[in-house]
Amino acid sequence: MEFLHRYKRNPAAVFGLVLLLAILVLAATAGLLYPQNPLGLAGRPLQWPLSNPDFLFGTDHVGRDIGAQIFHGARVSLFIGLIATVIAIIIGIVVGALSGYYGGLLDDMLMRVTEAFQILPSFLLLLVLVAVFGSELQTVIVAIGVVSWPAAARLTRAEFLSLRNREFVQAGRTLGLGDFSLIFREILPNALPPVIVYASVIMAVAILLESALAFLNLSDPNVPSWGNLIGGGRGVLRVQWYVSAIPGIAILLTVLAVSLVGQGLNDALNPRLKNR
Amino acid sequence: MTIALSIDQLSVALPADADRPYALKQVSLHLNRNEILCVVGESGSGKSMTAGAIMGLLPDRVRAESGRIEFEGRNLLELNDAELRRIRGAKIGMIFQEPMTALNPLITIGDQIGEMFRTHSKLSRRETAERVQALLRDVHIPDPLAAARAYPHELSGGQRQRAMIAMALALEPAILIADEPTTALDVTTQAQILKLIRELQERKGTAVLFITHDFGVVAEIADRVAVMQHGVVVEQGEADTILNRPQHAYTRALISAVPPLTPPPIRQVAEESILAIRQVNKIYRKGGLLGRNKRVTHAVRDVTLDLPKGGTLGIVGESGSGKSTLARCVVRLLDPNSGHIEFDNVDLASLGRRELREHARHVQMVFQDPYGSLNPRRRVGELVAQGPIVHGTPCQQALAEARELFELVGLDPDATRRYPHEFSGGQRQRICLARALALKPRVLVADEPVSALDVSVQAQVLELLARLRQQLGLSLLFITHDLRVAAQICDHIAVMKNGSVVEHGTAAQVFGSPGHEYTRSLLDAVPGRHWTPPSFAGDIERIAA
Repeated sequence: MEFLHRYKRNPAAVFGLVLLLAILVLAATAGLLYPQNPLGLAGRPLQWPLSNPDFLFGTDHVGRDIGAQIFHGARVSLFIGLIATVIAIIIGIVVGALSGYYGGLLDDMLMRVTEAFQILPSFLLLLVLVAVFGSELQTVIVAIGVVSWPAAARLTRAEFLSLRNREFVQAGRTLGLGDFSLIFREILPNALPPVIVYASVIMAVAILLESALAFLNLSDPNVPSWGNLIGGGRGVLRVQWYVSAIPGIAILLTVLAVSLVGQGLNDALNPRLKNR
Repeated sequence: MTIALSIDQLSVALPADADRPYALKQVSLHLNRNEILCVVGESGSGKSMTAGAIMGLLPDRVRAESGRIEFEGRNLLELNDAELRRIRGAKIGMIFQEPMTALNPLITIGDQIGEMFRTHSKLSRRETAERVQALLRDVHIPDPLAAARAYPHELSGGQRQRAMIAMALALEPAILIADEPTTALDVTTQAQILKLIRELQERKGTAVLFITHDFGVVAEIADRVAVMQHGVVVEQGEADTILNRPQHAYTRALISAVPPLTPPPIRQVAEESILAIRQVNKIYRKGGLLGRNKRVTHAVRDVTLDLPKGGTLGIVGESGSGKSTLARCVVRLLDPNSGHIEFDNVDLASLGRRELREHARHVQMVFQDPYGSLNPRRRVGELVAQGPIVHGTPCQQALAEARELFELVGLDPDATRRYPHEFSGGQRQRICLARALALKPRVLVADEPVSALDVSVQAQVLELLARLRQQLGLSLLFITHDLRVAAQICDHIAVMKNGSVVEHGTAAQVFGSPGHEYTRSLLDAVPGRHWTPPSFAGDIERIAA
């Protein structure tokens, strides 16, 4: 309750939440408003938006309804963002927790692996993974998750380092708790808030990464993602710019919404920082 | 006597979302020239807020609402920042509790003291350096030349506090405000600092406003005393009157709660020992690639002690004496390098992890910090129940037992569903006790269990410990730096210094006829040792209620 109250005091965060809810509504109503296959041919190609009442958002270079792709694309983009984030956070938490809790040799090894991932530009690594394993939707999502976890791992590790010698952890140890419950029931809940906030950044980046892949025609062509639409519009960018611009705006607003919500969460979870 | 500073009907308002509307309510105090006025109170009494109001250093969103603070014919509350800056440091000096955080770690001591002259006067470099040397000699820092070139972390806690005092007195201010200046120091260092403050105050005729929570310190240093509670001055007067013939019920309760330095009559304790510590060593090795800069610290050195069955063994010593390390070795939070810890014919020191978890239940620990030792994200009932659950008690039964334990330690059983932050410090320490007792241990290791608590709460927790010891037949290993507390609860006392036990005996022996020189110096350093707090039966209960 108090948390909600603090969250509500931040107008930018509330705006972000409203925006995110609106995108969720797009995703939820896609099946109702556009029951046909969004990748099916709908009409004459390259009709401008608002020129034909049947296609409010116009049609793309092969004659598919842009509106249908935007609505159905919301599902795909949010799905990609969510699952990739969950994958990245889980890997990050496990690596960070083990590394921070046990320290020593294990810490050294895990941190070297983390650094190996960090020094490679994540998009480059993503390209390699997609080139090797193919570009079905599942593969793309897993690949995005796999390139996004190092920062989460470092964050979790830092939290664990400061928490593992607190007295409540020592108290748990004297009670005879095993490592598993010390890590996951005593320390992790206290280490989680900054990681949760960081998850919003990962989610925003995941959506962008997928779009970038699609722009290079490397994402799954069989799903109506916003990125695919932008990639498709690439050839007609100079004249029929709306084909790329409309999904581009959708991506912009989604990333903005996710980031604002993350920032709002951060402020609400650390109320003392906000009062300064 | 002339008045140096007077506070008249000062009220300080807290922000709207605080737990009470006023930090200070119509506080009236005056500070005479050439005297030490002690402001005493428990946490939240507003004593530090008073100092902040004088210096114009109140926290954000806290403001003085009404009243006057008169200094040299001017109301400090009406001055702007520039005018206040000319007074701060030059005419009113201040020393803080923790000299490590109050000094800038990147500037040498000499430069920090010299800064006072650079800011407030036009002395040349050489004159400044000479003045700094004179000041460092005044505060009796060993080797003042080296100290001026040292960075704060290179000095000991006591030397840092001496440097702070030198800085505060650099411009010979008319008033010195000391906010708990000795609380973070060891007892022998505290005695030296108190003596130094007294000496400088007499020599320079400074008026000192001394803020403390410790009546022992008050007895040691105060000319006059003001007692504060919830932002109100409840009583003020001459030190002798307040200490020995207090009128207000709150003052009486506070003073009754101060443990006397004489141990109570000897309890009968079994000869048989339940826990035998034999030749335990704990060594820390630090760094040093290829043996360079290698540091070896002997934290615990050949300690041999016996904890009598049903008795209480107190381990006293200053910081760095190894007493906490020893306690952590006993519960195996640390692994001793050598030696045996025998309990029930089992050597706890040599157990593997799995067997240790089985045996852990018999030796439990209570920690110092009641805020840090409870996981903030779990209900207190679960915290108490988790030990038994790990050891195989069904969940429902463990939670039911937790309710009983809450009753045992004097808490409402229905409070088990709440979270730690909803409890006060004393209540949390009771929860910690309940958690340790949930495993039905036979030995309880208590590491400074009352040091973080206010004096009245401290008395209640000590009483509870004494009662539980009787009721459950517990044996206590009690770690403390506070000799007054040790005198009250311990049957046997071991004095530790630099990792070794220098003296060991019954409480009466150690306090009555200390054998070792170090024990004598510890006892001599206890603040207010010549003052026996008068007892007012009945008042404590009233305050507790």
